[in-house]
Amino acid sequence: MHEWALADAVLKSSQKVAEKEDLEEVTDIFVKIGELQSINKEIFHQALEATIEQQTNKELFENVNFTLEIVKAELKCNNCGHKWLFEDAKNNLEDSETESIHFIPETAHVFLHCPKCNSQDFKVIHGRGIWLDAIEGEKKNGS
Amino acid sequence: MDPRKDVIDDRLKGIKRIISITGGKGGIGKTSIATLLALKLAEENYSVGLFDLDFSGPSAHLILNKDNFDFPEEENGIIPPIVNGVKFMTIVDYTKENPSPMRGIDVTNAILEILAITRWDKMDFLIIDMPPGISDPALDIIKLIKRAEFVVAATPSKISIPEVANTIKFLQNTKKSILGTVINMIMNGTEQLEAKLEELDVDILAKIAYDKNYENAIGDVGKLLQTDFAEQIKKLSKRIVKK
Repeated sequence: MHEWALADAVLKSSQKVAEKEDLEEVTDIFVKIGELQSINKEIFHQALEATIEQQTNKELFENVNFTLEIVKAELKCNNCGHKWLFEDAKNNLEDSETESIHFIPETAHVFLHCPKCNSQDFKVIHGRGIWLDAIEGEKKNGS
Repeated sequence: MDPRKDVIDDRLKGIKRIISITGGKGGIGKTSIATLLALKLAEENYSVGLFDLDFSGPSAHLILNKDNFDFPEEENGIIPPIVNGVKFMTIVDYTKENPSPMRGIDVTNAILEILAITRWDKMDFLIIDMPPGISDPALDIIKLIKRAEFVVAATPSKISIPEVANTIKFLQNTKKSILGTVINMIMNGTEQLEAKLEELDVDILAKIAYDKNYENAIGDVGKLLQTDFAEQIKKLSKRIVKK
């Protein structure tokens, strides 16, 4: 599963922030999952739990809670300005096309078209992929 | 915050040397040099990867004669498939050779994603086929892959000299390691380009004549490796190994 590589990235970023903020323990990690990438929340939760073991400073995450939130993907056509939701378009995709977007969300530009003018030139307003929203923890001096 | 950039160094840590093939304009042979260099190093029993990061015009798969675009294997990330003895990553495995009209920010995101999820494991060399010049995606790759060493492809054409000089100046200004240049597609004199390279204090690693047999050999890797072009790239590989 390639979700493990992204979960590993979330933990490495969290570790970096924890070191910068002088945290002794990370208690909460908040992650947003862009709907475009079609990552299953439960699978990503498992991936996060499983990759703690691989971290150099794994004791930081001994009692961590993960809060995952799916963010709807909204797209806006650069050609005609029309906005639409990925959830309304994804039923028209072949499984292999959804799979491509799952691995590299930018391949949406290959397989999706503006429903109004058919252009492939659009931007993802929100809901692209994995985003580390916030971390919380205990400072080394106990504060 | 975007977590992907924090994992890139880790993904590349098992690779002894990363060689980026760059240059000024498109169409000066970067992909051919990168691909043949990877193949020639693999012939010498080095473990080699080839990373086609020219997302606006990926074409290394054509030189490798890769005609299967199944998704690469997944195991804690993406495992690059082995093509003709070389670990090979290309976005074409995901675009399936369809048009992919991405803007700058999309290309940046795609590069970050593929760098964050690809597990190269241990290798002697990773050869990167760069996007042209100092475009947005090229700047991203230069920033994200910090320990890359650069080989700058150039042609003697008067039209390409200023662009190649600008690429070299940018790399020098950002204190990047430049192994040298490859003068490719030589048909006439190279004096003007060589004078510019001397002024910029950059070594010439190879001078390769235009090989009219090369184009006809594309599609047959065995034939390609027998061309004069490939013979020159073999010499280039030996120089790079020694550097």
